[in-house]
Parts: sequence; C-alpha cells; structure tokens
Amino acid sequence: MDWTALFLSLKLAVVATTILMIVTAPLACLMAYSRLPGKAFLEAFINLPLAMPPTVVGFYLLIMMGPEGWLGGMWTRATGSPLLFTFTGIVIASIIYSIPFALQPMRAAFEKIDPRLIESARILGLSPPAIFARVIIPNSLNGIAASAILVFLHTLGAFGVILMVGGSVPGQTRVASVAIYEAVETLQYGSAAMMSLALLPICYIFLLVVHRLTRSPS
Amino acid sequence: MNLQIRIRKPLPHFELSIDVNCPAETMTVIIGPSGAGKTTLMRIIAGLDEPAEGFIQFGDEVWLDTKRRIFLPPQKRRLGYVFQDYPLFPHLSIHDNAAFAAGARKDIVQKLLERFGIRHLQDRKPDAVSGGERQRCAICQALAREPRLLLLDEPFSALDVFTRRDLRDELRNLKEELRMPVIYVTHDVNEALYLADDLLPIVEGRVDREWMQRSIVRVDDARPERAKAVREPRLSLAY
Repeated sequence: MDWTALFLSLKLAVVATTILMIVTAPLACLMAYSRLPGKAFLEAFINLPLAMPPTVVGFYLLIMMGPEGWLGGMWTRATGSPLLFTFTGIVIASIIYSIPFALQPMRAAFEKIDPRLIESARILGLSPPAIFARVIIPNSLNGIAASAILVFLHTLGAFGVILMVGGSVPGQTRVASVAIYEAVETLQYGSAAMMSLALLPICYIFLLVVHRLTRSPS
Repeated sequence: MNLQIRIRKPLPHFELSIDVNCPAETMTVIIGPSGAGKTTLMRIIAGLDEPAEGFIQFGDEVWLDTKRRIFLPPQKRRLGYVFQDYPLFPHLSIHDNAAFAAGARKDIVQKLLERFGIRHLQDRKPDAVSGGERQRCAICQALAREPRLLLLDEPFSALDVFTRRDLRDELRNLKEELRMPVIYVTHDVNEALYLADDLLPIVEGRVDREWMQRSIVRVDDARPERAKAVREPRLSLAY
C-alpha cells in the first residue's frame, strides 16, 4: 500500500481546491450577475472539460505546458524549471480540469440570492466589491462549501489528466488514482484494494455533506 | 434641499411622465391605483432604474440628466429607501442590519433602535422577529446612514391593521424632526390623508390632481363630508 500516493492525492486536492475557490468566486459572480454579450461562449468554453475525455483535456494541457507551449515556456523562463511531470504542473492541470465543478454550484448559489438584497446594499452605499464581501459571500456559504467539496472529490478522482501531464513520479505526481492503476497493472491486487478502500469512505462522507448543504431548507 | 424630478419612461401599457418638485421638510405622498407607475418613479429617483429621458436634481447636485449623459449611481445618492417587502440581510442580527451602513456612528444606531422600540431584539436574526419589527429595523437601517432624502414605498402595507396604525403614528412624529424631503408611496387613501403635507396622485403614469376626489366621491356618495376632507386634507384628521 502506497501511503505517499494517498497523501499526495489529498495534498493535491487541498491545494487545487483552495486556489480554485479564490479564482472561481469572481468568475461565478460575473456569470451570475453580468449581462456580457459573449457570456454563453465563455461559459461553454469553461465547461469544455466536463464534456471532453480527460485524455483530450490532458493532451491539450500537455502541449500547452510543455517546454514549447506558451505556459510551459513562460514558467521555465520565470523559474528555470520545467512544468511537466511536477507537482505544480498537476495542480495547474487539476485546476483547469475542475473549474466547471467549482463554477456551477457557486453560480447557482449566487443566483439564488434575492436581488433585492443587492439593490438594498447599493442604496446603502456599498461598492460592488463590498457587496460581494458583505452580502453575496455570507449568503451563499452553503453553495461555496458544496462547490469546494465537489472540486475536492473531483480532484481526488482525477486520473487521465494527471497521467498525461504528470506521469507517475513517486512523491511528485503519482497520486492515489495513478498508483492504484499501476498496482493493478503489476498484479498487486492487495495493494490496489487497500488504497481503493481508503478512498471510499472519504468520498462517501463528503457526498453526504454536499447533499446536506445543497438541499433546500424545509 | 429640494428635489426636482422631470422624467419620461415608456412602460408596457402607458408612458410614465412626471414633472414634480419635492421641497425639504415636506412629506410628499404619492397615491394612485396599483400599476400606476409609483414604484417605477421611486426606483428612478433611487437610481435603480433609468428613464428614457429625464432630469433629476437634488439641491444643486445633478443626479440624472439624460441629455448630458449624467447618471449618479445609487451608492452616491445617499438616500434612504424603505420598501414594502424588501428583506433585511438574513445573515445579520437586527442590530447589525440597522448598523449596516452606519459606519462608525454606533451611538446613532442604539438611539434609533431605542426610539423604534426594537432595542431588546437587537441580537435576534430577522426571521425571528415579527413583520412590524422588521419594518422598524428597515427604517432604522435607512436612517442610520443619515440620508439626505427618504423614500418610503408602501412600507407598511404588508402589515396587520394595528401594527400599521402604530407605525404610521411613529412616522408622523418622526416627520417633524426630519429636515429632508420625504416621499411616501401608498394606495391607501386614509394613510395618504393622514401623513401628507403634499398629495400627488399618479394615474397611468401622470399626475392627476382630480383623481382623489373622483375616487372617493364614487365610493362614498353617502358621506359628502369625506369628499370635503379630500379638498382640505387637514380636516381628515378628524376621522
């Protein structure tokens, strides 16, 4: 049983979720409240990872993050190290892969907020960032928590994307899902079963929490 | 400070076209049937809606001038707005709701809560107090900001008769102390007569000074003194 892989999976999920929450909140706000002309196009683009096979997403990320790709090239020039097959690389890949899962519940929570509260806050003199911090966020905490847990679980379960971008470097990019796959490939069924069993209750409990958070108050 | 309004906005069934002047220390009561454009007018004054064409000036500050493309956002108009059914912020206590836009002026908030008789409820959440208490808190919230103009859009019409009467009395007392123009919207004739310094009937988007008389005479043919009261609003206090 590969404890490092399990630990790495959790670390990846925590880091990616934290960053995603911060990045997605303003984006979800934009999606929920603005009347941008090209909103539908932007939204379809952001949701692409939902529809495409993870290997395709992973392939594009591989090209983008490789030494010749714009992101990989920029990263190498800035830090002197490559982006592919590193922990940072799979964090970036997980973020892009999981954005739709962060965006949808958060956007739904923002849209559920009574627009009259926002009008009220405007009349009371609050600037848009202040409205975001003092009215929107406190009134959509359940949706934000649900979004965080879904992203966490989705990152924990990511396989194809991470294999494409990160490969299987022990302690760097060999997360639980990759380790389980390799254990099965090398016929170590016992080890695979243990790791799978370790993931099962985590996912189950978190899904129960999501259900509790998103059910409508009765 | 004096509020000058001259606006035009096409609505689905008629055009809202208003030209009025609301002086300071005066409660202007806008009255008229439902769907006459009263709330739209209030939203335009607050900056929540924009008219097709118009001009709004408060004192010497221009809030809206479609010709010169001036539009002051609601945040900068510094007015108080109490709505019929606008919710308080559900995540905040009564005290924090009242203090929401009060900044550092904490003493004002306590005074207002005391005055409106909800100080003992200040730690409760809005859903744990009655409708009347919520509207009291909404008035505190609007006043704590020290507004320059107060808009009240049917603030008591969702309340029961007794609560409404109490709040109406309190508002009448408060009126004497406010130095700003107050605009009050209602469709209740008694309420209008009781509170108004200046009555402004609006029907299908236009000011119709004769409307009050017509509608009351029609309902109350048997009581001619009531129609007289409409011509002389102060008399109506006898009711």
